[in-house]
Formats: sequence, C-alpha cells, structure tokens
Amino acid sequence: MKTEKDYSHIHGWGADLDPKNRPAYPKERMPARLSGVHWDQPEQQEQKVEILHSNERPDITPIFGTSTPPSGLSGTIREAAFKYSENDIRHWLLLLLADRINVWEGLAGDLNKGHIPHILDEMGWKAEWKYNRPGAIRKLAIGSALLGTAICLMKRKRRRELQ
Amino acid sequence: MLAMNYRGPYRVRAEQKPDPAIEHPNDAIVRVSRSCICGSDLHLYHGLVPDTRVGMTFGHEFTGTVEEVGSSVQNLKVGDHVLVPFNIFCGSCFFCKRELYGNCHNTNPEATAVGGIYGYSHTAGGYDGGQAEFVRVPMADVGPTVIPLDLDLDDAVLLTDAYPTGYQAAEMGDIKEGDTVVVFGAGPVGIFAAKSAWLLGAGRVIVVDHLEYRLEFVKNFAQCEIVNFKDVDDMAIHIKKMTDWLGADVCIDAVGCEADGSLAQKLTGVVMKLQAGSAIALHWAINSVRKGGNVSIVGVYGPTFNAIPIGNALNKGLTLRMNQASVKRHLPRLIEHIQAGRIEPKKIITHRVPLEEVSDAYHIFSSKLDNCIKTVLISPGAGH
Repeated sequence: MKTEKDYSHIHGWGADLDPKNRPAYPKERMPARLSGVHWDQPEQQEQKVEILHSNERPDITPIFGTSTPPSGLSGTIREAAFKYSENDIRHWLLLLLADRINVWEGLAGDLNKGHIPHILDEMGWKAEWKYNRPGAIRKLAIGSALLGTAICLMKRKRRRELQ
Repeated sequence: MLAMNYRGPYRVRAEQKPDPAIEHPNDAIVRVSRSCICGSDLHLYHGLVPDTRVGMTFGHEFTGTVEEVGSSVQNLKVGDHVLVPFNIFCGSCFFCKRELYGNCHNTNPEATAVGGIYGYSHTAGGYDGGQAEFVRVPMADVGPTVIPLDLDLDDAVLLTDAYPTGYQAAEMGDIKEGDTVVVFGAGPVGIFAAKSAWLLGAGRVIVVDHLEYRLEFVKNFAQCEIVNFKDVDDMAIHIKKMTDWLGADVCIDAVGCEADGSLAQKLTGVVMKLQAGSAIALHWAINSVRKGGNVSIVGVYGPTFNAIPIGNALNKGLTLRMNQASVKRHLPRLIEHIQAGRIEPKKIITHRVPLEEVSDAYHIFSSKLDNCIKTVLISPGAGH
C-alpha cells in the first residue's frame, strides 16, 4: 500500500486499513455472519443441580454451567445474595463473603476426606524456590517472624492470665 | 480425569474429578490438547471475581479433539480438532443476532451483564473450563471452529481469546491511517493489540508497562515504541510530550483491574476492595488521549464500580468503547493473517507446563517469574 510515510519495515502494515479486506466489518451486523444455527431458541437444558439465577431475568437460561453447585454455609449466603439484583452492591459483597467462607469449607472438606492439603505446593512454592529464591527466603523469614511474634504474644497473655 | 482445581485465593492444584458429560443435545465433549492461563484467570486466582467457587476448573483458552457429540449436533464430528472461543453463545438471541457473542443472553443464568465464559466463575455462568483433560462444550454447532490443517496448534490456542481480544481492542479504537495509538499493558493482549494497530493502519504505536522484559519483547514483536512507567513522573504529561502536546488519537486499556502504577488505586481496589480493582491504566488512558479521541477497553474489571476521571472523558468529548471480544466474528480474518505470515501468535508462548504442575504454572505467571509472558498447559497424553 502506498502511503506518505514508509511503513515497509512493518510486516502487514495497513492490511486491514480498507474495511473491504475485513470480513468482520462492520461490527454488529445484522443478520449475523454465523453458520450452524438451526434453532430459534435453544432447547432448555435439564436442570439436575441447584442453579441460582439473577433476578434481573425471569428464569434460568436455556444453557447453563453445572460446576460446583452451592452448598454449606457459603451456599446459603449465595442464595441470599441472589435475592438482590446485580445493580445492588449487597449482591456482590455477599458473594465475596461466601467465596471466603467457601475456602474454609474446602479445607474442612479436604480434611474430612483424610486429605491434608499441601498449601505451599498449591501456592506454587516449588516455582518460587526455583525462580525467586531470595524472595522465597525473604517471605519465609517474614512469615516466621510474624508467627514467632504471635506465639510470644499469646504466651505472654497466658502468663498474665495465670498470674 | 485430571483437572485444575481452585482451592481459594493463590491456591490451585491438579486433581482427579469426574469426566464431563453431555448435558444438552447441542453439547460436545472435547479432549483438551492445549490450554492457556490467561491474564484474566489471575483475577480469579487472586480471589477478585465474586462467586468463584472452590472446586471449579478454570480455563477459557483451549483447543482439543471432539470425543462425543450430543443428539442435535450437526456441524462437528468425533475426531475434529477444534479451537473453542472463550465465549459460550447460542447464536440466536437478541445479542448474538447482532454478532455480540460475548454478550449472549442465553448462556449465563447468574448474571445479565456478561455471557457465558468457560471456567470463569459463576458470575460468567458456572461452566468448568479447559484446564483439564476433558471439557464440556455447549452450543457445539456455533462455538468451536475446526482448526485448518496448516495452522499450528500453538497459534490456534491463541485464537481462542488473547489474539482476537487484542485485535478487537484495536478495532474498537477506530484507528485511522497514521493515528498514534498508545497501548497500556504489555501482556499477551496488549502485545496483540499493538501488532493489530499496525494492521489497521496506525502511524505510531507506543506500549506502556513496567516490566522491562515484556517491553523488550513487544518492541521486537510489534516493532513499537515503549515506555516504562516507572521511569515517568506523570503519564499524561509524558504521552502529551510525545504527541506534540495534544495526546494520542487512541488509547487502549489492555490491563484491567490489577494494574500497577498507583498506590492509592492498588490499596483501594485490590487490597481493600473498596472499588472493583485498580483502574489506573484506564485513568491514564482517559487522561492521555487527545480531545475527541477514542479509548478502547479490553482489560477486565469487577462488576461493581471504579474511580475513573469520567468528567475528563466528558469534557474531552471522548468515545469510550469496550466489550468482551466477539471471538467468532474475528476468526476468519485472523486465521488469514496467520496463514499470510503477518503475525505469529505462538511467539509469545514462553512456558509449556504439564497440567500436573498447574500450581507452579499459576504462580510463575502471576508473579511474572522466569520472564513469563504466556503459559500453555499440556494435558496428560496430549503430546507436545
């Protein structure tokens, strides 16, 4: 393509400058350039697990994911969250609270199954040790210092209570 | 099957879970050959996305072979090797009819603001993702694309999200010939946005980040100018000095809610969660673009609110465009670009990690260790 400025060093420069070269142009074209649709509305997926749905729609969608249905205390909080709309900050804050509680439920679930989670492994500490050893040592030192301080403070409090 | 399993913020592991099953007549089951960790997966990994449940499998960038199809599937057959766009979409709703496949109204019961996305929390529909040996692929007649024989699998997997998202970022910038385009973020999406800006006729492309190794990479990959924001006192002034004191024609936010560069934004957005993440990249984009310019946003933010200078956007008469990429719309042209040798997406892949080591893979990507740009997870038996 001829231009005032020389872009020949940039491979492919201007290849899409002319919309005629772009099959995806214009955006948001109707009808859509999509093949394979042989339904007006997708068939409804059978619901076999609890699916929460936004109250900004009348019901669940025809298609949905079935990963990790709500359960336990976090599930109850999630159910409560869905009483509020996406427009309401309480919806999102309750979901974040449920997520944090869910972490403890996950730990309890592991222990219940006799599995002691390797938390440092799950956090990628092998990689930290391999690629950022000084950082790993620093984090371990800070962690140990904080843990040591907490233990000392607890011991001191206990001694005071005994006196 | 073996699958990535989320256990809480900064904690994931690979473990066995039941194989997925056909749950809808238009489902397919796909055996995963490649899956990537996306920058937006890190928002889940860091616990920033509401309704991210323990036990979920992430992964919205993947390729694989079709193992099984539901009774109504007509366009795929067992054995097809497909790339699967990260959007789960029906093809027939109000939004899909307008090619807004990232905004499908029929695939996400839990939220109306976003369509279904593989492995991206229940806020995006509650689907397990592709960081696993197998994955359920709904709406198999419209989502997956059979991979052309001459396309490398590593290029194909980057067509599921990162490359189309970067391309759409540039497209939404409505770049005119000779425009100056500033891309905030030198991650995979920012790298592809910079390259795409040239394809769309930009006259100058500048990429901003603070990781020197990523800036060096994008300078070579996309032949652009680079700015390390750690070397800059004030981003808006710096960009204006670079552009005859007018500002850039187009600014692209390819960072999203975990942007570095402002202690106040990081504290309030990421640490204290008083806003939906740190919006400093978007703040810079609005303040660095010229009056009447375009700001394109593909960085992901949370669903609540962010502190951004919207008054400046009004006073400057800016056009702000943003969306999840409508991947399927872009695929024909982006495949042509790869086949014509205009771009080699796979060059951004720096790490290939067995799925069994997913914990390390996430940590390496999250902490930017070992000069990591893009990580591909290899499922057992998938081959390299």
